[in-house]
Amino acid sequence: MSYDLSSEIILFLPLLSFLVLSLFGKKIKPEISGIIGTMILAIVAFLSLYVAFGYFFDFGKVDGVYVKHIVTQFSWLQFNENLSIDMGIVLDPISVMMLIVISFVSFMVHLYSLNYMKGEDRFTMYYAYLALFSFSMLGLVVAVNLFQMYMFWELVGISSFLLIGFYFTKPSAIAAAKKAFIVTRFADLGFLIGILMLSYGAKTLDFFVLIERLTATGSPYIASFTATSFLGLSTLSWALLLVFAGGAGKSAMFPLHIWLPDAMEGPTPVSALIHAATMVVAGVFLVARLFPIFAISAPDALHIIAYIGAFTALFAAIIATTQTDIKRVLAYSTISQIAFMMFALGVSGWGEGNNEGYTASMFHLFTHAFFKALLFLGAGAVIHAVHSNEMKDMGGLRKALPITHITFLMACLAIAGVPPFAGFFSKEAILSAAYNANLPIFYVAVFTSGLTAFYMFRLYFRIFWSKPAVKHEGHGHESHTWAMNIPLIILAAGAVFAGFIPFGSFVSAEGKAIELPFHLMFSIIPVLVGLTGILIAYVLYGKKSDLPAKISNSISFVYQSAYHKFYIDEIYLFVTKKILFNLIGRPSAWFDKNVVNGGMINGSASGTVMFSGAIKKMQSGRLQTYAMFFLGGVLILAALLVIKFI
Amino acid sequence: MEQVPLSHVLILSSILFFLGIYGFFTRRNLITVLMSIELILNSVNINFVAFNKYLYPHQLEGVFFTLFIITIAAAEVSLAIAIIINLYRRFNTIDIDDTDTMKY
Amino acid sequence: MSASTIIFYILSALIVTFGALTVFTPKIFRAAIFLLLTLIGIAAVYILMEMQFVAALQIVVYVGGIVVLIIFSIFLTSSGKEKVNPHRFNRVLTAAVLSLSGLLFSIWVVFNHIYTPAGITPIDPSVRNIGLQLLSYNDFGYVFPFEVVSILLLAALIGSIVIAMKSKKQ
Repeated sequence: MSYDLSSEIILFLPLLSFLVLSLFGKKIKPEISGIIGTMILAIVAFLSLYVAFGYFFDFGKVDGVYVKHIVTQFSWLQFNENLSIDMGIVLDPISVMMLIVISFVSFMVHLYSLNYMKGEDRFTMYYAYLALFSFSMLGLVVAVNLFQMYMFWELVGISSFLLIGFYFTKPSAIAAAKKAFIVTRFADLGFLIGILMLSYGAKTLDFFVLIERLTATGSPYIASFTATSFLGLSTLSWALLLVFAGGAGKSAMFPLHIWLPDAMEGPTPVSALIHAATMVVAGVFLVARLFPIFAISAPDALHIIAYIGAFTALFAAIIATTQTDIKRVLAYSTISQIAFMMFALGVSGWGEGNNEGYTASMFHLFTHAFFKALLFLGAGAVIHAVHSNEMKDMGGLRKALPITHITFLMACLAIAGVPPFAGFFSKEAILSAAYNANLPIFYVAVFTSGLTAFYMFRLYFRIFWSKPAVKHEGHGHESHTWAMNIPLIILAAGAVFAGFIPFGSFVSAEGKAIELPFHLMFSIIPVLVGLTGILIAYVLYGKKSDLPAKISNSISFVYQSAYHKFYIDEIYLFVTKKILFNLIGRPSAWFDKNVVNGGMINGSASGTVMFSGAIKKMQSGRLQTYAMFFLGGVLILAALLVIKFI
Repeated sequence: MEQVPLSHVLILSSILFFLGIYGFFTRRNLITVLMSIELILNSVNINFVAFNKYLYPHQLEGVFFTLFIITIAAAEVSLAIAIIINLYRRFNTIDIDDTDTMKY
Repeated sequence: MSASTIIFYILSALIVTFGALTVFTPKIFRAAIFLLLTLIGIAAVYILMEMQFVAALQIVVYVGGIVVLIIFSIFLTSSGKEKVNPHRFNRVLTAAVLSLSGLLFSIWVVFNHIYTPAGITPIDPSVRNIGLQLLSYNDFGYVFPFEVVSILLLAALIGSIVIAMKSKKQ
C-alpha cells in the first residue's frame, strides 16, 4: 500500500480508537477494549516502520539529501491570501524517526498496561486516553504548520492532564495534574506570542516557508527582523526564545521543571510513555524543527538554549542523587537527559563540520526513549510487586524479579554510557559536539554524566541488592505477568542494539548524511567517569551500610537543599499564594462577587423588581381608575395639539 | 332661538358631558355608572343637533347621527343591563370596586 | 331677548341641575328619576330648536325605554334602597379636578372658535324629509347604515338574552 495512505492511517487510527473506546466504552468488556487498543497501536507501529523503511531507503533521498515529503496539506483557516493555518502531514527525517519512537513505545506501553492496569475500574477510559495521547503526539510530529503543531501541543497537554489525574480520587493526583497543566499552559503563552511574532515577521505559518524566508540569504524578511532591538537581542531572537519557552515548559527545563516530578502520580505506564519517551521531548523536537532559523539567523538564542540546557542537566542530576521515591529519581533523570538533548542542539551549528550536535541530540532522543521507557516499566514491575514507591521498602529483589532485574540493569548500563550499550554512542556524540563547540559546557556535561551513572546505580543497587536476596514465594510475581515481561525484553533489546544504527546517515541538520565521529582516545574519559560513578554507588549501596547516612549528615546543608529540590516548589508556592493570590486573586474575587454580581447583576434585578412592584399597582382592575388615566392623557394631548395649532 | 349664540349651547353640552364623566369616575353602583354614560351620550346628541341647526341648516346629517346614536345607546344599555344582572347573580354585588379580578 | 332665549336658559339651568343631581345623589332610585327629568329637559331643548322628530325619538326611546329598563334593573339587583359607600376622598378629588380642567379647556376652545354658518336656504327637518333621506339609495342616502343598525339591534337583542339567561343546571 502506498506510503501516503499509510501515513494517514498512522495518524487517524488512534483517533478512531479513542472515539470508539470513549463513546462505546461502557458496552465493551474491559479486556476487549484493552486488546482493541493494543492491536490498533500494533498496526500503527508496524505501519510506522514500513513508512520509515520507505522514506529512508526508497523515496526520501533526492540527490543524496533527505528532503521533506508532504503527504497531504489543506488550508483550514485562511486569514488572508498569504497567511493561513493549514493542516497536513509531512514526512521528514526527524518526523519519521519520531513516528517510530512514538508508535513503538506506545505499543509497548499498551501491551504492558494489559497486566499492570488489570482490575482498574476505568480500564477502558485509560486505553481511550492513551489512544488520544498517541493521536495527539503523532499529529504534533507530522505537523506542517506551526499553528497545527500548537493545536496538537495543547491536545497533548490535555491528554497528559487526563492521564496524570487518572486516579482522580487522590487529591495529590488532582493537584499534580493541575500543576502540570497550568505550568505548561503558562509556558504555552510564550509559545503563542512567539508564533504570532514569527508569523508577523515572515507573513506565514507554514514551517518550510518560514524556514526558507527567514534563512535564505538576501531574503527581505530577515532584515528588519534580525536588527538588534530589545536588550541587545534581535526581534527574531526574542520570537524564537518565546517559542523555546513553550518548549521549555513541555520539556521541563529550569525553572519550568516543577511539574514533571509531581506528574509521577499518574500510573507508571503513563509515566513511561508520556513523561519519559514522547511528550517531554516535544520541546526538543520543536527546537529541532525550527533549527535552521535558530542556527542561521538567531545564534544568540541558540547560546541561551545551550546554557539553560546545561544548567538544568546539572541541577536535576544533583537533586536525583538524594531522592528516595524511585519514580522521582527517574523523573529527575529524565529532566537531566532531556537537558542533554537540549544543550546538544544549543551547541550545534549549521553546515559541514559543526552540525554534529543536531544529529547527536536526535540520536540521544531515540536511544533515550528506549532505555527510559524500559526503566519506568521496570520500576512499574517493582512497584507492582512491592506495592510501594519508596526505596526503603525495596532491596534484594534480584531473585524475586529476575527478568525485571536483568532488563533494568541493561537500561542502567545504557544510561550510564557504558559501551557497547546504546547510551554510550549517543552520549559520546553529544559530548564530542560539546567539546568542539563550547568547553565549559563540555566539563559540566562530563560531570553530569558521572552523576548520572552514580544515581542510576544507586537506584539499581537499592532496589535489587543492598539487602539479602528475597526468595521466591511460590511462583513469584513475574510468571503471572507475561504482558509486562515482553515489553521489558523488547525494549532491552532496543537499549542494547539501537546504538549500532548509523544515525548520522539518516538524520542530520541539512539532510546530507554525516559521519558521527568516534575517537577511542576521546571516549575513554567519559567512560571512566561513568565507571567511577558506578563504583562509588556500589561501595555506598551495594550492601547495607550506614556510610551514605554519614556522608549525608556531614554535608547536611547541601544534602537537605538537594533533597528538598532546592526549595524551588516552595518559592513558586510562595509567589503564587502570597503574592498573586492576595494581590490579584482576592481583589478580583471580591470585585466579581460584590460589584459585578452584587451591584450590577443583583442590583439590576432588584431594581427591576422594585420598579415593577411600584408600577404594578397601576393595573388595579378598577375601571374608573383606568378611565381617569384615559381622560388625563386625552386632555394633555388635546392641550398640546390645540396650543400648537391655534 | 337664533339669538342664543351657538357657543352657549355648546357650553351646555360641555357641562353635561363633564358631569357625565365625573359621574363615571365617582359612582360606585354599576347602574349609576350606566346612567352617567347616558348623560355623556345625550350631551353629544345636543352637540350634533346644535351644529346641524346653526352651521349646516341645509343638511340633515346631524339629525341622522343623533338618530343612530339614540338607537345604539338603547342597544348598549340593554346589553349592559344583561351583563350587570349576570354579574349580580354571580357575585351578589354590583359595587364597581368588587369587579377587579383582572388585576395584577 | 325673546321668550325662546329665556326659556332656553331656564331649560338649560334645569338640565344642568338635574344632571348634577343624577350624578351626586347617593340614592340610586332618585338618580334614575333625576336622569329621567334630565332627558325630558333635553327633549324640550330639541323642541325649542325645531327638531321635533328628534325630541319625539328622545322621549320614546330614551325616557320610555332606557330609563324604564334602568329602573327595572335597579329593582332586580339591589331593590333600590341600599346605599353604597362613596369613594375615598382622593379619588373624588382627582375626578373632580380632571373633570373641571376638562370643562374649562372645552369652554376655552368653544369661545376661541369662529363659527361660520353656511348661509344657504335651510331645509325643513320634517319627518317626511328625514324619512326620504333615510331610505334613499342616492347620494347622502342612509339606507345602508339603517339596515346595519337593524342587524345590530337584532344582535343586541339576542346577545342580551343569552347573557342574562339562567343556565339550565340551576
